[in-house]
Amino acid sequence: MIEIKDLHKSYKMGSNSLHVLKGINFKVEDGELVAIMGSSGSGKSTLLNILGMLDGADSGEYTLDEVPIKNLSETKAAQYRNKFLGFVFQSFNLINYKSALENVALPLYYQKVPRKERQEKAMQYLDKVGLKPWAHHLPSELSGGQKQRVAIARAMAAEPKVLLADEPTGALDSKTSYEVMDLIQQINDEGNTILVVTHEEDIAHMCKRIVHLKDGVIVEDKKIEQVRAGQYV
Amino acid sequence: MFDIERWQEIFDTIRKNKLRTFLTGLSVASGIFILVILLGFGQGMQNGIEREFKQDASTSVWAWPGVTSKEYKGLNPGRRIQFVNENFNKAESLFKDAIEYKSARIFVQGVSANYGKEALIYGIQGVSSDFQFIENTKMVEGRFINYQDEVSTGKVAVIGRKIKKDVFNEVESPIGEFIDISGIPFKIIGVFSEMEDREEERIYIPITTAQRVFNGGNRVNNLSFTLPPVENFDEAVQQAITFKDGLRTYLQQAHTVAPDDNGAMEVWSAMEEAKRYYGLTGNIKIFFWFVGVCTIIAGVVGVSNIMLIVVRERTREIGIRKALGAKPWSIIGMILHESIFVTAISGFSGLIFSMGLLELVGPNVEVDYVVNPSVNFNVALSTVLVLILAGTLAGFVPAWRAAKVQVIESLRDE
Ligand SMILES: Nc1ncnc2c1ncn2[C@@H]1O[C@H](COP(=O)(O)OP(=O)(O)OP(=O)(O)O)[C@@H](O)[C@H]1O
Ligand SMILES: [Mg+2]
Repeated sequence: MIEIKDLHKSYKMGSNSLHVLKGINFKVEDGELVAIMGSSGSGKSTLLNILGMLDGADSGEYTLDEVPIKNLSETKAAQYRNKFLGFVFQSFNLINYKSALENVALPLYYQKVPRKERQEKAMQYLDKVGLKPWAHHLPSELSGGQKQRVAIARAMAAEPKVLLADEPTGALDSKTSYEVMDLIQQINDEGNTILVVTHEEDIAHMCKRIVHLKDGVIVEDKKIEQVRAGQYV
Repeated sequence: MFDIERWQEIFDTIRKNKLRTFLTGLSVASGIFILVILLGFGQGMQNGIEREFKQDASTSVWAWPGVTSKEYKGLNPGRRIQFVNENFNKAESLFKDAIEYKSARIFVQGVSANYGKEALIYGIQGVSSDFQFIENTKMVEGRFINYQDEVSTGKVAVIGRKIKKDVFNEVESPIGEFIDISGIPFKIIGVFSEMEDREEERIYIPITTAQRVFNGGNRVNNLSFTLPPVENFDEAVQQAITFKDGLRTYLQQAHTVAPDDNGAMEVWSAMEEAKRYYGLTGNIKIFFWFVGVCTIIAGVVGVSNIMLIVVRERTREIGIRKALGAKPWSIIGMILHESIFVTAISGFSGLIFSMGLLELVGPNVEVDYVVNPSVNFNVALSTVLVLILAGTLAGFVPAWRAAKVQVIESLRDE
């Protein structure tokens, strides 16, 4: 599903540049649930953003679902993001003046799904994350965990090939975190490919594979026995 | 533009950001409002001044004598100059080719006029038949004095409409009625109207009659002429100046008046005066346009600023939309669509409101020099379009920039 070869990325800061990713090689198969770990500043988010085409790499190859991602125009990138990728962010990134339902329906708007169908589908996904009664609430009326569940519903509504989550539980307490992970595991069980950036060990162990980043390279990449989050909920 | 989904998205955004929308709209609407009102008053002043000038024929030239103030050719200052028939006849023959209409005039003084028992305390003036065209007098009943009346020193009178209203309200028409001037009966042959009431309080009689019957001798009080109309305004002014100077020179020589003794020999041409006033209204118009354009610029700057703020405020939202698969042009389109919609609606409400106000209040405004302020609809419409266009352009730059920013930049926590 995802294949990257010798990926490099550095940030220019005035005259000096900061080499963040120093040759990442990495492959993710269909249906995997991968945790990306590493200390703060190790480049986890940078990697995830490049995978999500939110940011560009300096060099290296990136193939997503057998499509080489290189020198994409903004329009093309937008199309791919819409078709292939779903995002979940630490800070939720819901649109504050839109209700939960409208937020979930938004990616479908960009898929040119008609309004009525959009609403129905969005409602389905909201139901799936257990927030149907909250459909018409604004994000400001929701708790952190609820917001993140809306964000997950939104990411899933577009039916992406890959779900990218950057510290989805970073802003949540442990109980809420497990609820969110439970949801992510369920989505994974349905066969979706998911990458989760985290620096919490317990969250990482709820995935099926852990990739360790350090100083811009992968230092460890291992398959693990998945801990089900459901038992804590 | 006719993408219904996008319209719904825009309406959603507008509905949920009422304050922002309201403020944008208000600045546009008030800009248009101020502009239209300003332009309206510019037009009103022009109307007012033009009306002042419609009173007399626009090519008329008037000459009247005064008192000398300079010693000239051995004659002492302080001499009162008196025009006589000969001056009029000579001027006529001298400038025959340049003149269209001509009339001498005499103010009949020291006589009493009556209609039955009622005293008529109105000015009586002796004029010739051409005078009607020089004063731009409109006949509402009957006719003006004609050449026959002059030749035959007819005892006929033409009265102003105001006199008719004041004195002849008992009879159906004053035509055919007789008034007594110094005991001599004059038959009323016409009623005239003027722009101003003051000028309707006059009784005209043939100048020949005035001179013969009321001991006028060959004296006249002033001379008036009109020049043939010329298409080109500047030529008309030039013609008026040439004639005026020629007439003045002749009159000064005839009465031995120093060429620079202006008070002793006054010659006035409506054309020149008109030029001054037209110049003035031109300037006033330019001034109002200038203020108006400044208003528009202020409006445009206001709209641009608001757009800038709106786009900045929406940076994060734009990032989210892009992460969800919005194409750059869909972002630009969305922002512009909204701004055009809001500017258009508020621009047109400002337009309708201000034009409505002018339409309602305008016709009632009739103070000096401001008559019926109104504004050309097309001009007003184009300013609205300019503002919309400017708002669009002003919105485009930040929208374009926002759409180009890497998603990750716009999502970064501040
Ligand atoms: N836009 C940027 N400009 C300059 N430097 C950047 C930029 N984004 C990230 N960096 C730097 O790159 C390095 C890696 O950042 P990144 O966000 O990938 O770290 P991370 O592993 O996600 O850390 P954390 O766990 O704190 O989120 C950091 O040193 C960071 O300061
Ligand atoms: Mg990070």
